[in-house]
Amino acid sequence: MFWLNLKRIFKSGFVAFWRNGVVSLSAILVMVITLLIISFVLFSGTLLDHTLNELKDRVDVNVNIATDVVEDEALGLKTQIENLPEVESVEYVSPEEALEQYRERHVNDQKILAALDELNDNPLGAVLNIKAKSPSQYESIQLFLEQNYPEGEIDSIIENVNYARKKEAIDKLNLIIEAGEQFGLLLTVVFVVLSIIITLNTIRLAMYISRDEIRVMNLVGADHSYISGPFIITGSIYGIFSAILVLVLLYPITFYIGPKIAPVFFDLNIFNYYVNNFGEIFLIVFMSGIIIGAISSFLAINRYLKKKR
Amino acid sequence: MIYFENVSKIYSDKTKALEEINLKIEPNEFVSIVGHSGAGKTTLIKMLLAEEAPSDGNVFFGSIDIHSLNKRKTNKLRRRIGTIFQDFRLLPHKNVYENIAFAMEAAGKTDEEIKTDVPHVLELVDLPKKAWNFPHELSGGEQQRVAIARAIVNQPDVIVADEPTGNLDPLNAYDIVQILKKINDLGTTVIMTTHNKGLIDELGKRVITMEDGKIIRDDATGRYAI
Repeated sequence: MFWLNLKRIFKSGFVAFWRNGVVSLSAILVMVITLLIISFVLFSGTLLDHTLNELKDRVDVNVNIATDVVEDEALGLKTQIENLPEVESVEYVSPEEALEQYRERHVNDQKILAALDELNDNPLGAVLNIKAKSPSQYESIQLFLEQNYPEGEIDSIIENVNYARKKEAIDKLNLIIEAGEQFGLLLTVVFVVLSIIITLNTIRLAMYISRDEIRVMNLVGADHSYISGPFIITGSIYGIFSAILVLVLLYPITFYIGPKIAPVFFDLNIFNYYVNNFGEIFLIVFMSGIIIGAISSFLAINRYLKKKR
Repeated sequence: MIYFENVSKIYSDKTKALEEINLKIEPNEFVSIVGHSGAGKTTLIKMLLAEEAPSDGNVFFGSIDIHSLNKRKTNKLRRRIGTIFQDFRLLPHKNVYENIAFAMEAAGKTDEEIKTDVPHVLELVDLPKKAWNFPHELSGGEQQRVAIARAIVNQPDVIVADEPTGNLDPLNAYDIVQILKKINDLGTTVIMTTHNKGLIDELGKRVITMEDGKIIRDDATGRYAI
Protein backbone atom coordinates (compact mmCIF):
# COMPACT_ATOMS: atom_id res chain seq x y z
CA MET A 1 0.00 0.00 0.00
CA PHE A 2 2.85 2.36 0.90
CA TRP A 3 4.48 2.05 -2.55
CA LEU A 4 1.13 2.31 -4.31
CA ASN A 5 0.33 5.50 -2.40
CA LEU A 6 3.82 6.87 -3.07
CA LYS A 7 3.44 6.15 -6.78
CA ARG A 8 0.04 7.89 -6.81
CA ILE A 9 1.37 10.89 -4.85
CA PHE A 10 4.25 11.34 -7.32
CA LYS A 11 2.00 10.93 -10.33
CA SER A 12 -0.57 13.33 -8.91
CA GLY A 13 2.13 15.90 -8.10
CA PHE A 14 3.52 15.77 -11.65
CA VAL A 15 0.05 15.98 -13.22
CA ALA A 16 -0.92 18.95 -11.00
CA PHE A 17 2.32 20.72 -11.96
CA TRP A 18 1.57 20.24 -15.65
CA ARG A 19 -2.14 21.09 -15.54
CA ASN A 20 -1.82 24.19 -13.33
CA GLY A 21 0.48 25.73 -15.91
CA VAL A 22 0.00 29.38 -14.99
CA VAL A 23 0.40 28.81 -11.26
CA SER A 24 3.45 26.61 -11.87
CA LEU A 25 5.03 29.24 -14.13
CA SER A 26 4.54 32.04 -11.57
CA ALA A 27 5.91 29.87 -8.77
CA ILE A 28 8.93 28.97 -10.90
CA LEU A 29 9.63 32.61 -11.74
CA VAL A 30 9.56 33.61 -8.08
CA MET A 31 11.77 30.67 -7.17
CA VAL A 32 14.21 31.64 -9.93
CA ILE A 33 14.62 34.99 -8.17
CA THR A 34 15.08 33.21 -4.84
CA LEU A 35 17.72 30.85 -6.23
CA LEU A 36 19.47 33.69 -8.09
CA ILE A 37 19.73 35.56 -4.79
CA ILE A 38 21.15 32.44 -3.13
CA SER A 39 23.64 32.04 -6.01
CA PHE A 40 24.72 35.68 -5.77
CA VAL A 41 25.15 35.29 -2.02
CA LEU A 42 27.30 32.24 -2.77
CA PHE A 43 29.41 34.15 -5.31
CA SER A 44 29.69 37.19 -3.04
CA GLY A 45 30.86 34.94 -0.23
CA THR A 46 33.52 33.46 -2.48
CA LEU A 47 34.66 36.89 -3.69
CA LEU A 48 34.77 38.19 -0.14
CA ASP A 49 36.68 35.15 1.09
CA HIS A 50 39.13 35.39 -1.78
CA THR A 51 39.65 39.12 -1.24
CA LEU A 52 40.16 38.77 2.50
CA ASN A 53 42.56 35.86 2.00
CA GLU A 54 44.52 37.86 -0.53
CA LEU A 55 44.70 40.76 1.89
CA LYS A 56 45.80 38.46 4.70
CA ASP A 57 48.39 36.93 2.41
CA ARG A 58 49.93 40.28 1.68
CA VAL A 59 50.64 40.99 5.32
CA ASP A 60 53.78 39.72 7.00
CA VAL A 61 56.23 40.73 9.67
CA ASN A 62 59.91 40.97 8.83
CA VAL A 63 62.64 40.17 11.32
CA ASN A 64 65.96 41.71 10.38
CA ILE A 65 68.81 39.60 11.69
CA ALA A 66 72.01 41.29 12.83
CA THR A 67 74.73 41.30 10.19
CA ASP A 68 77.20 39.43 12.38
CA VAL A 69 74.91 36.44 12.86
CA VAL A 70 75.92 33.32 11.00
CA GLU A 71 73.47 31.51 8.78
CA ASP A 72 73.09 28.47 11.10
CA GLU A 73 72.09 30.69 13.97
CA ALA A 74 69.53 32.53 11.83
CA LEU A 75 68.13 29.23 10.59
CA GLY A 76 67.89 28.06 14.24
CA LEU A 77 65.75 31.11 15.00
CA LYS A 78 63.67 30.35 11.90
CA THR A 79 62.96 26.82 13.22
CA GLN A 80 62.05 28.23 16.63
CA ILE A 81 59.58 30.66 15.11
CA GLU A 82 58.15 28.00 12.81
CA ASN A 83 57.36 25.89 15.85
CA LEU A 84 55.07 28.58 17.28
CA PRO A 85 51.42 27.48 16.88
CA GLU A 86 50.41 30.89 15.50
CA VAL A 87 52.89 30.77 12.62
CA GLU A 88 51.85 29.74 9.14
CA SER A 89 55.26 29.98 7.49
CA VAL A 90 58.69 31.58 7.83
CA GLU A 91 60.76 32.48 4.81
CA TYR A 92 64.51 32.83 5.20
CA VAL A 93 66.11 35.48 3.03
CA SER A 94 69.89 35.32 3.07
CA PRO A 95 71.90 38.57 3.31
CA GLU A 96 72.82 38.21 -0.38
CA GLU A 97 69.20 37.80 -1.41
CA ALA A 98 68.22 40.67 0.86
CA LEU A 99 70.76 42.90 -0.88
CA GLU A 100 69.53 41.79 -4.27
CA GLN A 101 65.92 42.56 -3.30
CA TYR A 102 66.99 45.92 -1.90
CA ARG A 103 68.72 46.79 -5.16
CA GLU A 104 65.64 45.78 -7.14
CA ARG A 105 63.42 47.91 -4.96
CA HIS A 106 65.67 50.94 -5.54
CA VAL A 107 66.57 50.30 -9.12
CA ASN A 108 65.59 53.85 -10.06
CA ASP A 109 67.48 55.47 -7.21
CA GLN A 110 71.02 55.97 -8.49
CA LYS A 111 72.26 57.57 -5.24
CA ILE A 112 71.41 54.51 -3.16
CA LEU A 113 72.84 52.15 -5.74
CA ALA A 114 76.06 54.21 -5.89
CA ALA A 115 76.29 54.22 -2.07
CA LEU A 116 75.90 50.44 -2.02
CA ASP A 117 78.66 50.09 -4.61
CA GLU A 118 80.94 52.19 -2.41
CA LEU A 119 80.65 49.70 0.43
CA ASN A 120 82.89 46.68 0.42
CA ASP A 121 80.68 44.59 2.68
CA ASN A 122 77.03 43.72 2.48
CA PRO A 123 75.37 46.10 4.99
CA LEU A 124 72.23 43.94 5.20
CA GLY A 125 71.70 40.95 7.41
CA ALA A 126 69.41 37.99 6.75
CA VAL A 127 65.66 38.52 6.98
CA LEU A 128 62.92 36.25 8.27
CA ASN A 129 59.53 36.94 6.70
CA ILE A 130 56.89 35.61 9.06
CA LYS A 131 53.30 34.90 8.06
CA ALA A 132 50.84 34.22 10.87
CA LYS A 133 47.84 31.95 10.49
CA SER A 134 45.63 34.95 11.16
CA PRO A 135 46.50 38.65 11.19
CA SER A 136 45.37 38.89 14.82
CA GLN A 137 48.21 36.56 15.83
CA TYR A 138 51.10 38.84 14.84
CA GLU A 139 50.96 40.47 18.23
CA SER A 140 51.69 37.25 20.11
CA ILE A 141 54.52 36.41 17.70
CA GLN A 142 55.95 39.86 18.34
CA LEU A 143 55.64 39.22 22.08
CA PHE A 144 57.57 35.98 21.76
CA LEU A 145 60.36 37.73 19.89
CA GLU A 146 60.48 40.61 22.35
CA GLN A 147 60.76 38.30 25.34
CA ASN A 148 63.36 35.99 23.86
CA TYR A 149 65.33 38.26 21.59
CA PRO A 150 65.02 41.84 22.86
CA GLU A 151 65.96 44.36 20.20
CA GLY A 152 68.96 46.53 20.79
CA GLU A 153 70.66 44.18 23.27
CA ILE A 154 74.28 43.73 22.40
CA ASP A 155 74.04 39.97 22.25
CA SER A 156 70.65 39.87 20.49
CA ILE A 157 70.68 38.26 17.08
CA ILE A 158 67.73 40.39 16.03
CA GLU A 159 68.41 43.86 14.86
CA ASN A 160 64.81 44.92 14.57
CA VAL A 161 61.28 43.72 13.87
CA ASN A 162 59.07 45.93 11.72
CA TYR A 163 55.88 44.95 13.55
CA ALA A 164 55.38 48.36 15.18
CA ARG A 165 55.43 50.09 11.81
CA LYS A 166 52.94 47.61 10.34
CA LYS A 167 50.80 47.39 13.47
CA GLU A 168 48.32 50.05 12.41
CA ALA A 169 47.79 48.46 9.00
CA ILE A 170 47.44 45.01 10.54
CA ASP A 171 44.92 46.24 13.10
CA LYS A 172 42.91 47.96 10.40
CA LEU A 173 43.00 44.85 8.29
CA ASN A 174 41.82 42.80 11.25
CA LEU A 175 38.86 45.13 11.63
CA ILE A 176 38.06 44.97 7.91
CA ILE A 177 38.23 41.18 7.89
CA GLU A 178 36.07 40.87 10.98
CA ALA A 179 33.50 43.34 9.63
CA GLY A 180 33.62 41.69 6.20
CA GLU A 181 32.97 38.24 7.63
CA GLN A 182 30.14 39.48 9.87
CA PHE A 183 28.57 41.56 7.14
CA GLY A 184 28.84 38.66 4.71
CA LEU A 185 27.12 36.33 7.17
CA LEU A 186 24.42 38.88 7.94
CA LEU A 187 23.84 39.52 4.25
CA THR A 188 23.60 35.79 3.58
CA VAL A 189 21.08 35.24 6.38
CA VAL A 190 18.97 38.28 5.42
CA PHE A 191 18.83 37.41 1.71
CA VAL A 192 18.22 33.71 2.22
CA VAL A 193 15.44 34.35 4.76
CA LEU A 194 13.88 37.03 2.55
CA SER A 195 13.92 34.81 -0.51
CA ILE A 196 12.41 31.90 1.42
CA ILE A 197 9.62 34.18 2.70
CA ILE A 198 8.89 35.32 -0.86
CA THR A 199 8.71 31.70 -2.08
CA LEU A 200 6.61 30.63 0.90
CA ASN A 201 4.09 33.37 0.18
CA THR A 202 3.89 32.51 -3.50
CA ILE A 203 3.30 28.84 -2.74
CA ARG A 204 0.81 29.81 -0.03
CA LEU A 205 -1.06 31.75 -2.69
CA ALA A 206 -1.02 28.69 -4.96
CA MET A 207 -2.39 26.68 -2.03
CA TYR A 208 -5.08 29.30 -1.40
CA ILE A 209 -6.25 28.81 -4.98
CA SER A 210 -6.54 25.09 -4.19
CA ARG A 211 -8.37 25.55 -0.87
CA ASP A 212 -11.68 24.12 -2.13
CA GLU A 213 -9.83 21.21 -3.65
CA ILE A 214 -8.18 20.49 -0.29
CA ARG A 215 -11.56 20.64 1.42
CA VAL A 216 -13.06 18.14 -1.02
CA MET A 217 -10.09 15.82 -0.52
CA ASN A 218 -10.76 16.01 3.22
CA LEU A 219 -14.42 15.22 2.72
CA VAL A 220 -13.84 12.11 0.66
CA GLY A 221 -11.74 10.85 3.56
CA ALA A 222 -8.23 11.25 2.13
CA ASP A 223 -5.50 11.09 4.78
CA HIS A 224 -3.53 14.28 5.32
CA SER A 225 -0.35 12.74 3.94
CA TYR A 226 -2.25 11.74 0.81
CA ILE A 227 -3.55 15.30 0.41
CA SER A 228 -0.30 17.10 1.15
CA GLY A 229 2.00 14.65 -0.68
CA PRO A 230 1.21 15.77 -4.25
CA PHE A 231 1.50 19.46 -3.23
CA ILE A 232 4.95 18.80 -1.77
CA ILE A 233 5.98 16.95 -4.95
CA THR A 234 4.68 19.87 -7.06
CA GLY A 235 6.68 22.29 -4.85
CA SER A 236 9.81 20.20 -5.37
CA ILE A 237 9.24 20.23 -9.13
CA TYR A 238 9.02 24.05 -9.00
CA GLY A 239 12.42 23.90 -7.27
CA ILE A 240 13.95 21.55 -9.86
CA PHE A 241 12.82 23.63 -12.85
CA SER A 242 13.87 26.88 -11.17
CA ALA A 243 17.29 25.43 -10.33
CA ILE A 244 17.84 24.33 -13.94
CA LEU A 245 16.83 27.79 -15.19
CA VAL A 246 19.12 29.51 -12.67
CA LEU A 247 22.08 27.27 -13.57
CA VAL A 248 21.54 28.09 -17.25
CA LEU A 249 21.17 31.84 -16.52
CA LEU A 250 24.30 31.94 -14.36
CA TYR A 251 26.47 30.99 -17.35
CA PRO A 252 25.93 34.20 -19.39
CA ILE A 253 25.64 36.36 -16.26
CA THR A 254 29.01 35.27 -14.84
CA PHE A 255 30.52 35.27 -18.33
CA TYR A 256 29.57 38.93 -18.69
CA ILE A 257 30.27 40.14 -15.15
CA GLY A 258 33.27 37.92 -14.33
CA PRO A 259 36.02 39.66 -16.30
CA LYS A 260 34.63 43.12 -15.46
CA ILE A 261 34.84 42.71 -11.69
CA ALA A 262 37.88 40.43 -11.54
CA PRO A 263 40.40 43.33 -11.16
CA VAL A 264 38.53 44.58 -8.06
CA PHE A 265 38.65 41.17 -6.40
CA PHE A 266 42.33 40.26 -6.84
CA ASP A 267 41.77 38.65 -10.25
CA LEU A 268 39.15 36.14 -9.17
CA ASN A 269 36.95 35.62 -12.24
CA ILE A 270 33.60 34.30 -11.08
CA PHE A 271 32.93 32.80 -14.52
CA ASN A 272 35.98 30.54 -14.08
CA TYR A 273 34.92 29.88 -10.52
CA TYR A 274 31.42 28.89 -11.78
CA VAL A 275 32.75 26.59 -14.50
CA ASN A 276 35.42 24.99 -12.29
CA ASN A 277 33.07 24.43 -9.35
CA PHE A 278 29.96 23.64 -11.37
CA GLY A 279 29.34 20.32 -9.58
CA GLU A 280 29.31 21.93 -6.15
CA ILE A 281 27.23 24.94 -7.27
CA PHE A 282 24.81 22.64 -9.12
CA LEU A 283 24.29 20.62 -5.92
CA ILE A 284 23.79 23.72 -3.75
CA VAL A 285 21.32 25.42 -6.15
CA PHE A 286 19.51 22.17 -7.01
CA MET A 287 19.13 21.03 -3.42
CA SER A 288 18.16 24.56 -2.26
CA GLY A 289 15.44 24.57 -4.94
CA ILE A 290 14.02 21.21 -3.95
CA ILE A 291 14.24 21.85 -0.21
CA ILE A 292 12.75 25.38 -0.37
CA GLY A 293 9.97 24.18 -2.72
CA ALA A 294 9.11 21.16 -0.61
CA ILE A 295 9.32 22.92 2.76
CA SER A 296 7.30 25.93 1.55
CA SER A 297 4.58 23.60 0.23
CA PHE A 298 4.62 21.56 3.41
CA LEU A 299 4.28 24.65 5.61
CA ALA A 300 1.59 26.20 3.39
CA ILE A 301 -0.58 23.09 3.17
CA ASN A 302 -0.12 22.10 6.80
CA ARG A 303 -1.36 25.48 7.82
CA TYR A 304 -4.40 24.85 5.69
CA LEU A 305 -5.01 21.26 6.76
CA LYS A 306 -4.88 22.29 10.41
CA LYS A 307 -7.74 24.68 9.88
CA LYS A 308 -10.27 21.99 9.07
CA ARG A 309 -10.63 18.52 10.40
CA MET B 1 -27.92 4.10 12.30
CA ILE B 2 -27.45 7.87 12.78
CA TYR B 3 -28.40 9.54 16.04
CA PHE B 4 -28.33 13.17 17.06
CA GLU B 5 -28.60 13.33 20.84
CA ASN B 6 -29.48 16.77 22.28
CA VAL B 7 -27.18 18.44 19.77
CA SER B 8 -26.75 22.22 19.98
CA LYS B 9 -24.38 24.45 18.10
CA ILE B 10 -23.67 27.97 19.28
CA TYR B 11 -21.03 29.98 17.41
CA SER B 12 -18.61 32.33 19.12
CA ASP B 13 -20.81 35.32 18.23
CA LYS B 14 -23.63 33.63 20.25
CA THR B 15 -25.56 32.68 17.09
CA LYS B 16 -27.56 29.52 17.75
CA ALA B 17 -27.29 27.33 14.64
CA LEU B 18 -28.82 24.23 16.24
CA GLU B 19 -30.82 23.85 19.41
CA GLU B 20 -31.32 20.53 21.17
CA ILE B 21 -31.68 18.39 18.10
CA ASN B 22 -32.81 14.80 18.71
CA LEU B 23 -32.93 12.79 15.54
CA LYS B 24 -32.75 9.13 14.56
CA ILE B 25 -32.21 7.97 10.98
CA GLU B 26 -32.61 4.25 10.27
CA PRO B 27 -30.67 2.28 7.64
CA ASN B 28 -32.09 2.41 4.13
CA GLU B 29 -34.15 5.54 4.83
CA PHE B 30 -34.50 8.43 2.38
CA VAL B 31 -34.73 11.54 4.53
CA SER B 32 -35.27 15.03 3.18
CA ILE B 33 -34.45 17.97 5.41
CA VAL B 34 -36.23 21.17 4.47
CA GLY B 35 -36.28 24.68 5.84
CA HIS B 36 -35.51 28.29 5.04
CA SER B 37 -31.92 29.46 4.60
CA GLY B 38 -30.30 29.68 8.03
CA ALA B 39 -32.65 27.07 9.50
CA GLY B 40 -29.65 24.86 10.39
CA LYS B 41 -29.82 22.22 7.64
CA THR B 42 -26.20 22.61 6.49
CA THR B 43 -24.90 22.78 10.07
CA LEU B 44 -26.66 19.48 10.73
CA ILE B 45 -24.95 17.93 7.70
CA LYS B 46 -21.57 19.37 8.75
CA MET B 47 -21.98 17.73 12.17
CA LEU B 48 -22.49 14.38 10.48
CA LEU B 49 -19.38 14.87 8.33
CA ALA B 50 -17.36 15.96 11.39
CA GLU B 51 -16.68 19.31 9.75
CA GLU B 52 -18.21 21.07 12.74
CA ALA B 53 -18.24 19.93 16.35
CA PRO B 54 -21.39 20.37 18.46
CA SER B 55 -21.30 22.80 21.36
CA ASP B 56 -23.40 20.32 23.26
CA GLY B 57 -24.70 16.79 22.71
CA ASN B 58 -23.43 13.90 20.61
CA VAL B 59 -23.72 12.61 17.07
CA PHE B 60 -23.49 8.85 16.59
CA PHE B 61 -22.81 6.84 13.48
CA GLY B 62 -23.93 3.39 14.59
CA SER B 63 -22.27 3.06 17.98
CA ILE B 64 -19.45 5.51 17.12
CA ASP B 65 -19.49 9.00 18.65
CA ILE B 66 -18.33 10.89 15.55
CA HIS B 67 -16.73 13.79 17.39
CA SER B 68 -14.67 11.63 19.69
CA LEU B 69 -12.70 10.27 16.74
CA ASN B 70 -9.15 11.34 15.94
CA LYS B 71 -8.24 12.65 12.46
CA ARG B 72 -7.30 9.25 11.09
CA LYS B 73 -10.52 7.61 12.23
CA THR B 74 -12.55 10.62 11.04
CA ASN B 75 -11.10 10.06 7.57
CA LYS B 76 -12.11 6.40 7.73
CA LEU B 77 -15.62 7.38 8.77
CA ARG B 78 -15.87 9.85 5.88
CA ARG B 79 -15.12 7.04 3.45
CA ARG B 80 -18.38 5.43 4.65
CA ILE B 81 -20.34 8.60 3.84
CA GLY B 82 -20.71 9.82 0.27
CA THR B 83 -21.14 13.60 -0.05
CA ILE B 84 -22.85 15.65 -2.74
CA PHE B 85 -23.01 19.46 -2.72
CA GLN B 86 -24.93 22.18 -4.47
CA ASP B 87 -21.72 23.53 -6.07
CA PHE B 88 -20.57 20.00 -7.07
CA ARG B 89 -17.06 20.49 -5.59
CA LEU B 90 -15.23 18.46 -8.17
CA LEU B 91 -11.46 18.67 -8.34
CA PRO B 92 -11.02 21.17 -11.22
CA HIS B 93 -7.67 19.87 -12.48
CA LYS B 94 -8.70 16.24 -12.57
CA ASN B 95 -10.87 14.77 -15.29
CA VAL B 96 -14.10 12.88 -14.59
CA TYR B 97 -12.35 9.53 -14.33
CA GLU B 98 -9.68 10.92 -11.98
CA ASN B 99 -12.24 12.70 -9.78
CA ILE B 100 -14.00 9.42 -9.12
CA ALA B 101 -10.77 7.46 -8.88
CA PHE B 102 -9.47 9.93 -6.26
CA ALA B 103 -12.19 8.88 -3.80
CA MET B 104 -11.21 5.24 -4.36
CA GLU B 105 -7.50 5.98 -4.00
CA ALA B 106 -8.20 7.82 -0.74
CA ALA B 107 -10.00 4.69 0.46
CA GLY B 108 -6.95 2.59 -0.42
CA LYS B 109 -8.46 0.71 -3.36
CA THR B 110 -6.12 -1.01 -5.83
CA ASP B 111 -5.61 0.11 -9.44
CA GLU B 112 -7.49 -2.99 -10.64
CA GLU B 113 -10.52 -2.14 -8.49
CA ILE B 114 -10.44 1.44 -9.79
CA LYS B 115 -10.27 0.24 -13.42
CA THR B 116 -13.33 -1.95 -12.88
CA ASP B 117 -15.48 0.27 -10.67
CA VAL B 118 -15.08 3.73 -12.21
CA PRO B 119 -16.52 2.81 -15.64
CA HIS B 120 -19.29 0.97 -13.82
CA VAL B 121 -20.44 4.00 -11.77
CA LEU B 122 -20.11 6.19 -14.86
CA GLU B 123 -22.60 3.85 -16.54
CA LEU B 124 -24.90 4.20 -13.52
CA VAL B 125 -24.98 7.99 -13.81
CA ASP B 126 -25.13 7.80 -17.60
CA LEU B 127 -21.80 9.51 -18.30
CA PRO B 128 -19.58 6.79 -19.81
CA LYS B 129 -18.57 9.03 -22.71
CA LYS B 130 -17.43 11.91 -20.50
CA ALA B 131 -14.75 10.03 -18.56
CA TRP B 132 -11.86 12.09 -19.96
CA ASN B 133 -13.56 15.49 -19.81
CA PHE B 134 -12.65 18.05 -17.19
CA PRO B 135 -15.35 19.55 -14.91
CA HIS B 136 -15.38 22.88 -16.76
CA GLU B 137 -16.29 21.03 -19.95
CA LEU B 138 -19.49 19.61 -18.41
CA SER B 139 -22.95 21.07 -17.81
CA GLY B 140 -24.22 21.57 -14.24
CA GLY B 141 -26.33 18.42 -14.41
CA GLU B 142 -23.39 16.39 -15.68
CA GLN B 143 -21.10 17.76 -12.98
CA GLN B 144 -23.62 16.80 -10.32
CA ARG B 145 -23.82 13.30 -11.77
CA VAL B 146 -20.05 13.02 -11.54
CA ALA B 147 -20.31 14.12 -7.90
CA ILE B 148 -22.89 11.39 -7.33
CA ALA B 149 -20.66 8.82 -9.03
CA ARG B 150 -17.81 9.89 -6.75
CA ALA B 151 -20.07 9.67 -3.72
CA ILE B 152 -21.29 6.14 -4.45
CA VAL B 153 -18.15 4.55 -5.87
CA ASN B 154 -16.92 3.33 -2.48
CA GLN B 155 -20.38 1.88 -1.73
CA PRO B 156 -20.94 4.04 1.33
CA ASP B 157 -23.51 3.34 4.03
CA VAL B 158 -24.93 6.84 3.70
CA ILE B 159 -25.18 9.47 1.00
CA VAL B 160 -25.39 13.04 2.27
CA ALA B 161 -26.63 15.49 -0.36
CA ASP B 162 -26.63 19.17 0.64
CA GLU B 163 -28.94 21.06 -1.77
CA PRO B 164 -27.92 18.80 -4.69
CA THR B 165 -30.46 20.36 -7.04
CA GLY B 166 -29.90 23.98 -6.00
CA ASN B 167 -27.89 24.93 -9.10
CA LEU B 168 -29.82 22.84 -11.62
CA ASP B 169 -32.75 23.38 -13.98
CA PRO B 170 -35.96 21.43 -13.17
CA LEU B 171 -35.23 18.62 -15.62
CA ASN B 172 -31.71 18.00 -14.34
CA ALA B 173 -32.95 18.38 -10.74
CA TYR B 174 -35.54 15.68 -11.37
CA ASP B 175 -32.89 13.39 -12.90
CA ILE B 176 -30.58 13.84 -9.92
CA VAL B 177 -33.31 13.01 -7.42
CA GLN B 178 -34.27 9.96 -9.46
CA ILE B 179 -30.64 8.76 -9.34
CA LEU B 180 -30.60 9.31 -5.55
CA LYS B 181 -33.86 7.37 -5.29
CA LYS B 182 -32.35 4.51 -7.28
CA ILE B 183 -29.31 4.48 -4.97
CA ASN B 184 -31.67 4.38 -1.99
CA ASP B 185 -33.62 1.52 -3.55
CA LEU B 186 -30.35 -0.40 -3.79
CA GLY B 187 -29.97 -0.16 0.01
CA THR B 188 -28.04 3.05 0.75
CA THR B 189 -29.37 5.56 3.26
CA VAL B 190 -29.85 9.01 1.68
CA ILE B 191 -30.03 12.29 3.59
CA MET B 192 -30.86 15.27 1.38
CA THR B 193 -31.42 18.94 2.17
CA THR B 194 -33.42 20.88 -0.40
CA HIS B 195 -35.72 23.82 -1.14
CA ASN B 196 -37.41 22.06 -4.05
CA LYS B 197 -41.06 21.59 -3.06
CA GLY B 198 -42.07 19.68 -6.21
CA LEU B 199 -39.38 17.06 -5.77
CA ILE B 200 -40.16 16.52 -2.08
CA ASP B 201 -43.84 16.15 -2.70
CA GLU B 202 -43.27 13.63 -5.45
CA LEU B 203 -40.80 11.55 -3.44
CA GLY B 204 -43.28 10.64 -0.73
CA LYS B 205 -40.49 9.87 1.74
CA ARG B 206 -39.68 11.11 5.25
CA VAL B 207 -39.44 14.90 5.56
CA ILE B 208 -37.86 16.76 8.47
CA THR B 209 -38.68 20.46 8.64
CA MET B 210 -36.29 22.81 10.45
CA GLU B 211 -36.68 26.38 11.62
CA ASP B 212 -34.28 28.54 13.67
CA GLY B 213 -32.04 25.58 14.48
CA LYS B 214 -34.91 23.35 15.69
CA ILE B 215 -36.82 20.46 14.18
CA ILE B 216 -40.42 21.63 13.99
CA ARG B 217 -41.89 18.73 12.02
CA ASP B 218 -40.89 15.15 11.23
CA ASP B 219 -43.29 13.32 8.90
CA ALA B 220 -42.74 9.71 7.79
CA THR B 221 -44.25 10.31 4.35
CA GLY B 222 -44.30 14.04 4.36
CA ARG B 223 -44.76 16.92 2.01
CA TYR B 224 -42.95 20.23 1.80
CA ALA B 225 -44.88 22.47 4.15
CA ILE B 226 -43.31 25.69 5.40
